[in-house]
Amino acid sequence: MIYIRLLVTFIKIGLFSFGGGYAMIPLIQKEIESYNWLSSSEFADIIAISEVTPGPIAVNSATFVGYKAAGVLGGLVATIGVSIPSLVIIMIVSRFFFGYQKHPLNMMVFYGIRPVIVGLVATAAVSVAETAIFNSGISWSSVIEKGMNMINFGGMFIFAAALIALIKFKVHPILVIVASGIAGVLMF
Amino acid sequence: MKSKSDIRTLAEIFCVFFKIGCFTFGGGYAMIPLIEREIVNNKKWIKEEEIVDIFAVSQAVPGAIAINSSTFVGYKIAGYKGSLAATMGVVLPSFGIITIIAAFLSAFQENPVVQAAFMGIRSAVVALILVAVIRMTQTSVKDILTALIAFLTVILILVLNIHPVITIVLGGLVGVVIFAFFPEKSKRIMKGANENHDIY
Repeated sequence: MIYIRLLVTFIKIGLFSFGGGYAMIPLIQKEIESYNWLSSSEFADIIAISEVTPGPIAVNSATFVGYKAAGVLGGLVATIGVSIPSLVIIMIVSRFFFGYQKHPLNMMVFYGIRPVIVGLVATAAVSVAETAIFNSGISWSSVIEKGMNMINFGGMFIFAAALIALIKFKVHPILVIVASGIAGVLMF
Repeated sequence: MKSKSDIRTLAEIFCVFFKIGCFTFGGGYAMIPLIEREIVNNKKWIKEEEIVDIFAVSQAVPGAIAINSSTFVGYKIAGYKGSLAATMGVVLPSFGIITIIAAFLSAFQENPVVQAAFMGIRSAVVALILVAVIRMTQTSVKDILTALIAFLTVILILVLNIHPVITIVLGGLVGVVIFAFFPEKSKRIMKGANENHDIY
């Protein structure tokens, strides 16, 4: 049944997402891909919607994916699913974690996990770029076949402008998203 | 507060976290200063030193940082019931808003103007994620080994199509191996981490 599948999938996503936010994206993407709950461009839109609406991105995407897969109840089930691991783990951990926080083994495990999270978030950027800045999946064969034609220049321009606005001028992300939406309407 | 788990306290916890859930844009990290202001400064439910530890733990264990820290703060104030009240409060606003948007978007998805807007927005999202990568690199990639781990993760996921969970487990194992077999290196890493006052 789809509700049980949503619940189990989002418990799994909640359980294995370290670092929060964008680190969850590759995980959610992998899972929804295997069930065909959303297309990859619809998935990219969740990230944008999550940025302009309040609340944690994990909850936003759980609600969105659940709704798309099975309506309001689906959204509710997915949201509960993604919250369950936090509730259970924190309730257990809050009793005795403080003593172990600086334990050397714990520190070393996170020394290894943290760069993995960086890599995971980087792959999220690549998969969104495939639907926005490039006209096809990024692979050697598509580069050889299409050459410069695989680049969507409008998308590339908006990407570069957004990057400069965010890093150089510290523009608020919500403003950047609104501006790029307007640019999209004017250009495409 | 007389009884820490009475209905009034729970309702208050729910309301405070509902408010926090309504006003945080951009995910878990954006929520941290808001929780601090409401819980430590306004309500004085938790001390400043404690909240720093709570954020550290929230980032160290699995799950969304926002949900983790809300659960934790709720638990500290009023036990199990408190953590349920806090989590429900923080999740409800985004659940409501997204449900409305998802319903609305389904109706307008075929609209060419909406499609063009999202085409532009997606390009900006790539930039947003890249900025997050840069920010995370500064605290997580500190030497050649961690740089290599980050690079290999990208290769494993994109080229070999490995499941993300496996890469997380592998990363943790690298840490365990260094701890078990290279005590000198492990000591150096931990010394560096302590000097930088890392919270993970």
